[in-house]
Parts: sequence; C-alpha cells; structure tokens
Amino acid sequence: MKVKEIYKTLDYGPAPESDKAALEFLASRGNKFDQYINGKWKKPNSKKYFDSVNPANKTKLAKIAEGNEKDVDDAVKAAKKALPGWVKIGGHARARYLYAIARQIQKHSRLFSVLESMDNGKPIRETRDIDIPLVARHFYHHAGWAQLMETDLKDYKEIGVIGQVIPWNFPLLMMAWKIAPAIATGNCIVLKPAEFTSLTALLFAEICDQIGLPPGVVNIVTGDGKTGAAIVEHPDVQKIAFTGSTEVGKIIQRSTAGSGKKLSLELGGKSPFVVFEDADLDSVVEGIVNAIWFNQGQVCCAGSRLLVQESVAEKLYKKIRNRMEKLRVGDSLDKGIDIGAIVDKSQLETITKLVAKGVKEGGKLWQPSWSCPTSGYFYPPTMFTEVAPSSYISQEEIFGPVLVSTTFRTHKEAVKLANNTRYGLAASIWTENINLALDVAPQIKAGVCWINCTNVFDAAAGFGGYRESGYGREGGREGLHEYIKLKSESKLSNKPFTRKRVSAKSNGKHDLAMPDIDRTLKMYIGGKQARPDGGYSLEVTNPSGDYLAEVSLGNRKDIRNAVEAARKNNKWAGMVGHKKAQVLYYLAENLILRKEEFATRIASMTECSMAAALKEVDMSIDRIYTYAAWADKYDGHVHHTAHRNVTIAMPENIGVMAIVCPNDFPLLGFISTVIPAITMGNNVVVVPSETSPLSATDFYQLLETSDVPAGTVNIVTGYKEELADTLAKHYDVDGMWYFGTKEGSKQVELFAAENMKRTWVNFGKYRDWQDREMGEGELFLRKASQIKNIWIPYGA
Amino acid sequence: MAKTKASQNGVAATKKKSQNSRERNAGIPFDPDLINGLNINRSAVERRGATLATRRSVKKNYQAAWLLKAIGFIDLTTLAGDDTRGNVIRLCAKAQSPVRQDILEALGMADANITTGAICVYHNFIKDAREALGNSGVPIAAVSTGFPAGHIPLKEKLKQIELSVKAGADEIDIVISRWMVLNSDWKALYKEVKACREACGNARMKTILATGEIPTLTKVAKASWVCMMAGSDYIKTSTGKEPVNATLPVSLVMTRCIREYYELTGIKVGFKPAGGIRTAKQAIAWMILIKEELGNEWLDPYLFRFGVSSLLGDIERQLEHHVTGRYSASFRHPLGGTTSY
Repeated sequence: MKVKEIYKTLDYGPAPESDKAALEFLASRGNKFDQYINGKWKKPNSKKYFDSVNPANKTKLAKIAEGNEKDVDDAVKAAKKALPGWVKIGGHARARYLYAIARQIQKHSRLFSVLESMDNGKPIRETRDIDIPLVARHFYHHAGWAQLMETDLKDYKEIGVIGQVIPWNFPLLMMAWKIAPAIATGNCIVLKPAEFTSLTALLFAEICDQIGLPPGVVNIVTGDGKTGAAIVEHPDVQKIAFTGSTEVGKIIQRSTAGSGKKLSLELGGKSPFVVFEDADLDSVVEGIVNAIWFNQGQVCCAGSRLLVQESVAEKLYKKIRNRMEKLRVGDSLDKGIDIGAIVDKSQLETITKLVAKGVKEGGKLWQPSWSCPTSGYFYPPTMFTEVAPSSYISQEEIFGPVLVSTTFRTHKEAVKLANNTRYGLAASIWTENINLALDVAPQIKAGVCWINCTNVFDAAAGFGGYRESGYGREGGREGLHEYIKLKSESKLSNKPFTRKRVSAKSNGKHDLAMPDIDRTLKMYIGGKQARPDGGYSLEVTNPSGDYLAEVSLGNRKDIRNAVEAARKNNKWAGMVGHKKAQVLYYLAENLILRKEEFATRIASMTECSMAAALKEVDMSIDRIYTYAAWADKYDGHVHHTAHRNVTIAMPENIGVMAIVCPNDFPLLGFISTVIPAITMGNNVVVVPSETSPLSATDFYQLLETSDVPAGTVNIVTGYKEELADTLAKHYDVDGMWYFGTKEGSKQVELFAAENMKRTWVNFGKYRDWQDREMGEGELFLRKASQIKNIWIPYGA
Repeated sequence: MAKTKASQNGVAATKKKSQNSRERNAGIPFDPDLINGLNINRSAVERRGATLATRRSVKKNYQAAWLLKAIGFIDLTTLAGDDTRGNVIRLCAKAQSPVRQDILEALGMADANITTGAICVYHNFIKDAREALGNSGVPIAAVSTGFPAGHIPLKEKLKQIELSVKAGADEIDIVISRWMVLNSDWKALYKEVKACREACGNARMKTILATGEIPTLTKVAKASWVCMMAGSDYIKTSTGKEPVNATLPVSLVMTRCIREYYELTGIKVGFKPAGGIRTAKQAIAWMILIKEELGNEWLDPYLFRFGVSSLLGDIERQLEHHVTGRYSASFRHPLGGTTSY
C-alpha cells in the first residue's frame, strides 16, 4: 500500500511480530520434542508423536511425544527420588533456583511470548504484556516463599510428589502457577501441559536444565487426557493440582476419592459482570473488552455474564456494540489485533454450536459488521441481549468470545442473579459508590471479586473458586497451603486414641443399677428439639453392652430438615467476631456449670474413669475458649499486589457445613469439630458420635440457653454412614467434614464430587483430640473457611 | 485481518447523520443534568490509556503516512517570553514547508501540499505572522484571555479576544477560570466561556481546561461538558505551562465527552492535546486514541490538533529514517520557530 493511499484512509495495516527466532528454535530441535524426565530428554514409550498446530494459520509447528503410563511412572519415580535431596537442600537454595528461573524467563521473554502466541493463537500483545511478565513475577514471588518457609512456615513441610495437569488457555502462566509454589515449598512435580499447547512448557524445561535444577524436581510429560489420568491415578503421587473443566475436575475427584491424595481444582465458571447505573460506563465497556474478549474469551474467570441495571442497559449495549465494531481479529502475531485465533477446530465448533443454541433459545445476537479472516480458527466478538437466566447459554460456560447479558432492577436482584449459577469463580462489580461495592462483593459467591476492574492477576493474591468452580487457591499465602502440610500430621494414628476402661463401680457415685428417669433425647433442628421423621429410636449402650438410653434414629428426611434449617439461618453468619466470641464464652460458662453431669455421661458411655471424663469436659471448655479467642482474630490479609489497589484476602464462611463427628471422645470430638466450624460463621448439620451420642444430645440444652441462633447447630443422631451419605449427596450442603472409617471417607469424597463441596475427611486416620497439636488450631479454621480476594483499585 | 465492509447493523447505520462537518458548535443551553451524574473512574481510565498504544501498531508505509498526517494536526507553537518577530517568521516558514522536499518526493507526497494545521503565538505576533503566512492558508491561532493563568477580569478577556480577532487571528485559544472548576461553579464557567465564544465572532475558539490544575478526572469531564455547552469549537487539555500537561487518560476522558456530546447534539467538537507531546511515537498514540474513541472522521485538522513546539522535529527524523533506512540527525532538518530541539 502506498503512502499516498494510506494518507487518505489512515488504516492500521499489518504489524507482524517476527516468528523467525521461534521457528529457528523449533527447527533446531528437529521440530520434534521428547519428554523431560529426571533431567533428561526421553523418547515416549509409545514411540508415538502428535502434531502441535498454530491455530491462526493451521500450520504444523512440531511433533510432541505421546506419553503413556510407563512414562508417567518414570517421571513419578524420578520425582520421588529427587524429593529428599530437594527438601534437604533448604529454603534458601530453593529460592536461588526459583530466582534463576525467573531471570531466565525474563531474559528469553520474547521467545516465550512468540512461541506461546503461535502455539495457542492468542495475541502477541497478551503473551508479551500479560502472560510472560506474570510468569516471571510468579517465580520471583515464590522464590521469596522458599526463602521464608523455614521461619514463617516452620510448622509445615512439603507434601511430596505432586501431579499437575494444566489447560491450554494460559499454557505458561498455568504452568507457573502450578510449579512455582510446589517446588518453592520442597515438593517435586510431574506436570502435563495440555496437548494443544505443550511447546512453552518444553522450552521451560530447557531453562530448568540450563540453570542446573536438580534432575527429577521438575518433570514434564506430554500427552492427552489418558496421560493426565495416569498421573492422577499414580499411587505415589500425593497431590493433584488441576486446572480445567468442571467435568474433568469431578472425574478427578471421583477417581482419587479415598486415596488420601490432596486435591486442588481450578475449574470452570460463568462469572457475573455486574454494572450499576452509577458506573463509569465508558470504562465499563473497556472492562467488558478485558473480561470477555481477552484471550478469545477462553478464560475460566471470563466475565461472560453481563448483568446490567435496567436504567442504563440500552445505553451500555449501544456503547458495547460501537466498541465491538472497532475490535480487530487476526493473526496472533499481529501487534495490532485484539482477538486472536480459537485454540483448535473442535473448540471453534463448540462455540459455533452454543451460539446457534443461544439464537434458537431466543437470545438477541449481535456481531460486528466486519468478517473474520478465514486462514485460521477465528470467531468474532459476540453479544447476546435479552437472554433469560434459564437459557442454556446463561448457565453453561461457552469458553469463547461470547457475552451473554441480562438486566436487573435492584442491587438485591443483582446479587441473586449473580449467584444463580453452579459456578463461583470470579465476579466483577462496577459502581462509583464504595458503599454499594463493598456491600455487594461479600454477597457474591466467588473466590475473586474485582471492583471496577477485571481479569487482574498477581502472584501475591489467591485465585480460585467457590462452588463448582473448584477449590484451593493459587497465589498468595493462601495458595501455599495447597502445597504444604502440618508437620504434626505425622502424629495421626491408624487406631483410635482410646482411654483405659474401668468398671462402673470404680466410678463411685455413678451407679448403673439405679434406674434413671426416662428422658426423651430428641434431635435438635432449627433451634427446636425434633422427633425423628421415621419414628424409630436407636439404643445406646456402653462398651460392655449395658443399655444407657435411646436416641432418635434420624433418616434422610431429618437431614433434609436440618439442612433447610441451617440454610435459613442468616443471623449467625452476620454476627461480628466479637459477638460470636461472646456467645462461645457463654457456652463455655454454661458447660462449666454442668461439668459433673457431662463428665458422668462421658464415663457412662465410654467406661472411662471419672477423672478422664472430667478431663475431657475441661478440655472441651478449654477448646471453646480457643475458638472464642480466634473468633475476632482469624482475619484476612491485604496483599501486596503489583497494582495500585487494595487487595483484601478475606476468609468467608463456606455456608452450610455437614460435620460427621468422631466416635471416640463423645464431647471433645463434638466440640473440636463443631466449634471451629461455627466460629467461622458456618451453620452446621452435625451427626454426633454414633456409639456415644448422648453428650451431643445433652449439649443442645446448652445451645438453647447460650444465645446461639436457631439453625446454627443442628444435630441429627442415627447411623453415621447412612446419614453421611445423604449429607455428602445433598446439593445444598457446601462443605463436609467426616471423621470415621477409610471406606466412609471414600464415599464422602465420591458423593461430594457432584456439587464439589469442600470436604475434609480422615481416611480412617485418627486424631488424639486431647493433643492440642492435633485437636485444634488454625488448620480447623482454614478448613472451615474459604478465601475471597477483593480487588479495589483507587485513585481520585 | 479484519476488513471493514458496508455495515448493516453496525455503528455507521445507527449514528445520526451528521450535518455539514464544517458547521460550528453553537453551543446549547446550560443543562446541569448533563454533568451531575458524571463519574469517571481513574484507575479504569488509566488502564485503557496504558493499553491504547500497545493494542495497535502502525508500521512501515503506514507509519510514514500517519506521521505525514500528524503534521497537518500540528499547531506549531511558540509561546515564550523571548519570542521576537524573527523567530515567529521562522516558525511561519516552517509551518508552510514542514518537511524537506526530497523526503516528500521519496514518499510520493511532493504534491500533497503538506503544512501544519496552524501556527500558535501570542497576540503581539499576529501581525508578523499574517505577513509571513500570506495566502498559504495556514491559520493563525492566538492565545488569549490572560493566558496562561487567566486571572484577569472578564471584560479584559473579551477585549483581548476582540483585539486578536481584529489583528487577523483565525483561531483563539482561551483559558478557563480554574477557580470556577475547583469551586464547582459550573454556571459561571458556562457564562464566561459563552461570552468568550461570542467575542470570537468568526474565529474558531479552542478552550483550554488546564487539566493539570483540575484535581479529578470527574471534574475534567464536567468542565469539558460545560465548555462544549458554551460553544467551544475545540476543547484543549493544557496551556503547556502547567506542571502536568496532556496525558492519555485526560485525553480519553475529554474525547469520550466529545463523543457523547456528538451523540446528543449531532455536533462534532474538536480536541487539542497540548504540552508534553514531543515524539512521533506519542503523536501516533494520540492518533490511535482519536481513531479508536472518536473514529476517522475526527482525524481531520478541523477537529484535531496537537499543541506542540518540538514534535515536528522528531517526525522529520522518523520520516527521513523511513526513506533512507538510516537514523537521522536533527541538524539535517531546517529549524522552525523554537530552538528547543
């Protein structure tokens, strides 16, 4: 094009970033890559390779090894072998390695950016200005955690061999999010990049080699879902970290259920983008561009659901359409485009199909007047308006550049619509009213809330979901806990910690021969004593088989009622920490008054000595004090993120939690599990000790007299495993703790996968509830809460 | 690459048919409702500002064409205490032939009659400039109304304008009373700007907000609206004398106001960033901003100007580099009115 012509049109013209260095790199490796195992490049056992394709022009970039179970096994063995040395080398040495990795990434940043862009189809601007800088930042940040681990996290240790499976939308960034915290804290990893996008992970492996990272610390195995499954199922892997679809996340949870493997899952989303009438609408439009037209909309936390206040909806839609008209779709290496290529033909077909479905459902479709290039897999920016929340495209993740919008009338309705989803990854809230913003943010069920911004990430802040968007956090202090465990976990036992049994007589005044007044021990639901729905009772005996009493035999309907009561109670969660502490102290006070009675009950149920029973009551009071103390102290952080904003990491309650108590220590086991859960603001449905439930049924009298709001603690007695199953399957239970058998633990994890409830089970391992290290502490509070990061940029 | 084709449901069809684009902004009655609800989010605007020029790139022949176009947007300016007839005449000569002929020939643009958009001087040099520019068609802009601080009585301001118009100024760059913005006395600001507009007569009026002295972007937006309502032909960021002059975030806010004013009234108001724009790269960033936020129609000297003194020098060097493939040197290009480059 001649200068004279351009002078008239003022078009942008092509602005290609050179692919020369990347092509040379690929050619120098023969356009063929093996797997990086134990510090060496290994041919796949399958002897097979598959193609990696540039989706912007459909050309083949390289052949990638197809790893199988044997390759995975080699990699896991290498990681296992490297582990002791990597732990022993210490935090400072690990910090040096991570720092070296960060530096190398910066030194080769353009090669990484170009290669990533070619492999994935995303714009070079995004890899150059966003992905790669964030990758380097993640390694720098975690080099710091490696350095600090021995002092700041001295009660913790590594988990061991970690299997990591990552998606294709942010190949290198997701890899950094997985690898940096894992190796910083002394773990060794086996990582599988997505089959569409393995190249930058392999370039990364070369960097690990260059800096002399000990062999086996980082192993990269390539392949498809089968290779991933081999990692997930490998018995020597202690933890799986996965980012990908909710569907696969559930498969992973079911497959690892009961194995004792730790899991962190970062899954899909249908994140709300909420616009109030007082927002800066022109800035909102740019927010939407960053929310749904960033990375072709192939972003798990994409603001794909626009909720806009009715009063400004038409005005905003018009602005969005004008903006869409100016977006540019094209080759990923063109420096002047906004939207690149969809990763693969299959994904393009999925998007096309879902958009057609949206049109069929009656959504009003809008696309810009220009057409996409046909050289690769491109899809234009798309907006649906007048879409009902019930429509398929409002509910399901499209994972493409498609915005679905609907309107709301009030902020309360906005919150309802925002939460009207199975997902809960992120939310973006736009208003110039800080009161409104800070009112709405905590009410939206999402792990990340961006106020007047969107898709902002940083290594210092946690990222991860609520509900079916998965669990666990990546980044920040909260993210570290996915890769470390308490040293005291080694104290857990395969057998229950039991007390010596003594004869009833030696307990003095407790005389079983003396007939008692028959008391009706009911269940406790919604602040009321409740008779069992089935009308049956369960006999309670002591270990010698002597009859003690009868408790209600709860069934699934009682569970249903209890969960409903827990869901209905909104008083407890809304109370400030100080007020919760007051209620807990009051509980302790009332327990002290009835110390003898509770001890007598414990002794009669367990046949322990009266002294031991009194000790259990004392410890229970002590434990209540512990959590009353924590109630106004277990608070969040303000993270040092690399932007001008306040990033608040706030522990929030999980919601309705089910707690299946241990059988041993009828009172202390109940207190040690129920009290931390309610301290964090959860409402709980408790299944007390099946063998010794009477301490719990006695306890509801204390609940009634200690100002605990109705529905906060609901107690259903009966057969533990049966009730646990019902709870684990219940869609309206958000979290579940289970202290029981190995088999029962497996069942809970298996059933919980369906709605991704946060579970904490004991895999048949026992705690000594009398040991403070095992029986109480921040671990319990962490398990009873989830971190929400709220990003609040500022500037007058 | 994205291609533009006839729009069916796109912007072009839905936009109001504009009147003759040479029509001036006569202003509209003061309407507080148009400014009361304005709210600008600084962080979000800065984010957009920071990525405007990273999302677009103009290379090779495109860059050369854009830079030539940029020259036509320049208000070639000298506003110094030591200005004399001599350097003003030199400035006027530069405005009429801003690029070396051999460079223009190499670019195939020898016959394009490229001049700067205008020259901009103090009142006292209007007469000299008039003589120097002759029939070249390059307009003369004069700064006025107690430039740069504006702390003189309104009566004096109006008199200054009248004198400059009479002396032959085609365009008048006025400064607003910043204290009215700080005190949110929008009605007073409206009245004053309207009075200036009337005093301008046929001369086109550029209204300088001095955004470096306006504390918030929200007030920048409100001041932009008031000045457009009062009939400004252009709104302009700065005098060049404030500690902070034209920035992309401020320009974003002002251009977005211009867009909304156009959507409301069908009238296109011009925009002039001034101060601090010294490099070809910056000039292109601003042109990208205009193209993205307002569209190609605004990439027209009638609606867009740069208030600059040294930008032209960098553009000349870039153009020579484009033609020869060698990096240029400033002494290879004829001097203009200032010796600051």
